Parts: sequence; structure tokens; C-alpha cells
Amino acid sequence: MRREKPEVFPKCKTGVDGLDEITGGGFPKGRPTLICGSAGCGKTLMGIQFLVKGITDFGEPGVFMSFEESARDLAQNVRSLGFDLDKLISQKKLRIDHIRIEKTEIEETGDYDLEALFIRLNHAIDSIGAKRVVLDTIESLFGGLDNATILRSEIRRLFQWLKDKGVTTIITGERGESSLTRQGLEEYVSDCVILLDFRVIDQIATRRLRIVKYRGSTHGTNEYPFLIDETGISVLPITSLKLEHKTSTELLSYGHAGLDKLFEKEGFYRGTSVLITGTAGTSKTTLASYFALSSCQRKESTLFFSFEESPDQLVRNMKSVGIDLKSYLKSGLLFIHSSRPSLQGLEMHLLVLNKLIRELKPRTVIIDPISSLVTVGNTSEVRAMLVRLMDMLKVNQINALFTSLTHDGFSDFNDVTVDAVSSLADTWIRVSNDEKKDIRSRNLNIVKSRGMGHSNQVHEFTIEGKGIKIKKSD
Amino acid sequence: MKKNLPLVISDNKLVLQLYVSGMSPRSMEAIENINKICSEFLEDSFQLEIIDLYKHPEVASEQQIIFSPSLIKRHPLPQKTLVGTFSDSQKVIRGLGIAVKE
Repeated sequence: MRREKPEVFPKCKTGVDGLDEITGGGFPKGRPTLICGSAGCGKTLMGIQFLVKGITDFGEPGVFMSFEESARDLAQNVRSLGFDLDKLISQKKLRIDHIRIEKTEIEETGDYDLEALFIRLNHAIDSIGAKRVVLDTIESLFGGLDNATILRSEIRRLFQWLKDKGVTTIITGERGESSLTRQGLEEYVSDCVILLDFRVIDQIATRRLRIVKYRGSTHGTNEYPFLIDETGISVLPITSLKLEHKTSTELLSYGHAGLDKLFEKEGFYRGTSVLITGTAGTSKTTLASYFALSSCQRKESTLFFSFEESPDQLVRNMKSVGIDLKSYLKSGLLFIHSSRPSLQGLEMHLLVLNKLIRELKPRTVIIDPISSLVTVGNTSEVRAMLVRLMDMLKVNQINALFTSLTHDGFSDFNDVTVDAVSSLADTWIRVSNDEKKDIRSRNLNIVKSRGMGHSNQVHEFTIEGKGIKIKKSD
Repeated sequence: MKKNLPLVISDNKLVLQLYVSGMSPRSMEAIENINKICSEFLEDSFQLEIIDLYKHPEVASEQQIIFSPSLIKRHPLPQKTLVGTFSDSQKVIRGLGIAVKE
């Protein structure tokens, strides 16, 4: 027998993107996990996804015991997420048992227990060999009966019974006023408690998840944003914030020969990040488009996040300065994602970005401008978010280019985004418009470039029909 | 038929189903109590079926049984579910809709 580090107790994959990372592998296997939160926070969906992914991805059948919605309603609600419950039911991989309680039809005439529910659940589990169970929301029982004492002790017994049965269970609970759940279920589920939250900050709705406790396991303690979209729930994956990504010595072009020449090695290293700052109209987007073009010319998948222009607009505008992106857009090598910054919160944008990166596997990502994201985020969060984003790009060896809009009057160094990004970016190019006599001249200078020498001069440049022309310095 | 009974049944025959979980003390007590109430107040104008959920686990889900013991009054309508050991006989009588005639 090999001697290894003491084994952490087994875990059960959650089927929720990003949640396994936060929980260090998933929910405690064969034990109950409590998921609580206010109405509409995604508890039921998380339960469904846990079961559906359990079946489709891990071959573990599941039982969903619903105390609220009927099987038909549930199936309908999650159909838009691509979960076909009816099919799984007919394949005998899933069982939905709807527990209906009508208070007006029930009369309590002495002692009773929940043994019938146990029998019911046991039968459902055994009939399909279920490994996963969801109870949503068992607290509804309290609404149907007067005798809370019996229910409490029976629910405690139920959790123990589920543990003995060895099924991994999710129990959902409605958020209470002074406790995590209305009936204090958290006292009975001692292994893992997850809190979901839905709140509106600055008119932007954000969903967050926090692990309140996870006995015997390390776990992330932060609040993690999560997203419900057409594929279900995903939690913003946290990449390690350690600096141990691979470094490449491969040199790539900025897409503009004149710009390349300003650097000692005539280009940038693969997998590094470039920041371009400047006030409005200083041709940041044009420089970014060169970057995109060069990536496309290398036949590498390129993702362009545009927060100011629609794809068509961007293509048209760039064509006017001699950058032809259209053919690459058509062939799918270039993907332009345009959205309004204020459409979603910062973390949602990052989640979308994350998903696109996973789907398209781009080698180059451009965000124009990254400062747009800051306007929708709380400044204290921005830095952490951007660190996460850049780290994710670095880990995946993706070339990144960010533009950032700065404002006249302020020094670049005081700007929130610049402050957050500049220390993380490997190369920083600053562009500006300066008025000399009656002429406005465009200038460019390189503030820094890690790992290689670079020009120290301020270079004047012009934009013509054929593109950017950097003037020879005297 | 019912000449000496102090109570009369509101409708003709009561159709009852009693769901129990095996031979637990609670099950036994419920069976005993319901038999007592029935023979005392209903004589033969009732029909009682006792179902052990352990033997027919699928029935629990089909009939929406959650608590044990559970007594369902199928007829006459409206359907009514009584849960517990039926130790509170007044509540049972009221629940079953048996009218008391002085």
C-alpha cells in the first residue's frame, strides 16, 4: 500500500461548473447537503442540475422529491435549460415524486410519524438504484401540520436515514429571518451548508453563492458569483491565484510592423497581456484590431469583446483604416461578442467571457474597453475580478489585449482600471492626442514591457486609409 | 338495523382505507382505535381496508400518503385524510363527518 496524505472523505461531483473547485471536489458523498436561500435564488434548479448531471455525466440515477412543484411543472421549468426530465424518467434514471399536502384535507388525531414518507422515498430510491436524492423543500411540511415537534424529530431521523442509506442528498431550505432556514434545518445537516443569494446592487442583479460550512473539508470562503443561463447554473470558476503559469518565449506580432519595431524583440511573448490606455479617440480600438488581425493571420481563434461597437460597426470602421476583419469573421476564426456593459454585472460579463473562452478556445482575447466593466462594478471588487480574469487568461496561455479609456485631466496612474490592470499587464502602451500650435498630433509611447527592452520615445503617428503610420523619430 | 345506536351516519356507507407501516406500536394502536370507533358508531355501515405500506410501497406515492398511520375517507366526498393513532375519538368522528343525533 502506498502511503499518501490522509484521505479526505469521498466527494460527489456537483455537476455545477465551478462549484466542484470551490468545494474541493463536490458535495460530501453519501451525506446530506443543505442549500438555502430566499425564493427565486436557484435552489430548485441547483437540485435538478445535480440530478440531471449526475445521470448524464456520472451515471448516477437520482430521485427528486418535490414538496412544491409537480413533476410536470418541474419538467417544463427546466426544459429551456436543455434538461429533458421526461426522457430521463422514461429511461428509469430519474424519479420525481411530488408530495402534495392540503392542510384543509388533513386532520391530526394523535401521534404519527413520517414512516410513510420513508417508505415512499426508499421505494423510489430502490426502484432505480438512485445514488442522488433531492428534497425540495421539506420545510413545506410544516405548513401542512400543527405538530412541529413530531416533524422536527422525524426530519432529523430522515436525514440520519438518508446517511445510513448512503445516498448523496441535497436538501433545500427557504431563508429564514434570523436563521439560515425557516425551521432551522441547518442544525440537523451538519456536513455541508451552502447559501445562495440574489440581490440587486446599483440596479444590477447578482447571484452569489457562499459555503457556510463544510465539515472536514477545506473550501473557499468567499462569496462567489453565479450565473443561470441557457445551460444551467455555473459558478465563476476561481483559478488559482498562484503565479505558476507556464511562460513562453515564442514571439508574436502586434499586427503592425511599425509598432513591433518599437520593441527590442519586435513583438510580444505568447500568453502575455497588453494594456492600451488613452482618452477617447486615440485609436485604441484600431490598435486592438491590428492585434486581432495578426492573430487571425496566424490562423488562431480570436475572441473580441466589444463594449462599444456592434460587430458590423467594428468591421466597417476598421475597414476604413485598411484592416479587413470581415473574411475572418465569416470563417469563424474571429468571434466578436458585443454587449452593453450595463446589461449585466461585472462578474456576469466575466462569466460570459469565461464560457466563450471554454467554448471557442481562443488563442487571443481582446477586451475593448475593459474600463467599461468598471463602470458596472463596485470598485473594490474590480481589482479582484480583473486579477481573476487575467490569471485565467494566463493559465490558458491566451494572448490578451485590453484597452482602457482614461479621462483628460486625471493622470493615468489615478485611474481605477489602469491601477488594477497596469500592474498585471506585461506590456503597457499609452496613446494620446496632443495639441501643438494648431495641429492635433497623435502620440504613442510604451510605458513598460516585461522581459524585453523597448523604445523610450514618444512616437507621433497618423491614421490614414491604409492604417496607422508611425513617424520615424529623428 | 341501527335502532339502538345513539348516533347515525350522515350518509350511507363510509369507505375507509387505513395505511400503516408494518406492525409498529403506532400501527397497532391505530388499528385498535379505528376498529373501536367503527364498531361503536358505525356498526356495519362502513367498509375498512387496512394496507401495510411496507408490503405495498408503491401505494404510498400513488395515494399521496406521507404520514403514518393515515386514514383516508374515500366515500362520501369530500375526501378527507386523518393522520395519527386516532386516540382523539371526537376528532375522528368529526373528521369522518359522522353526525351526532341526541
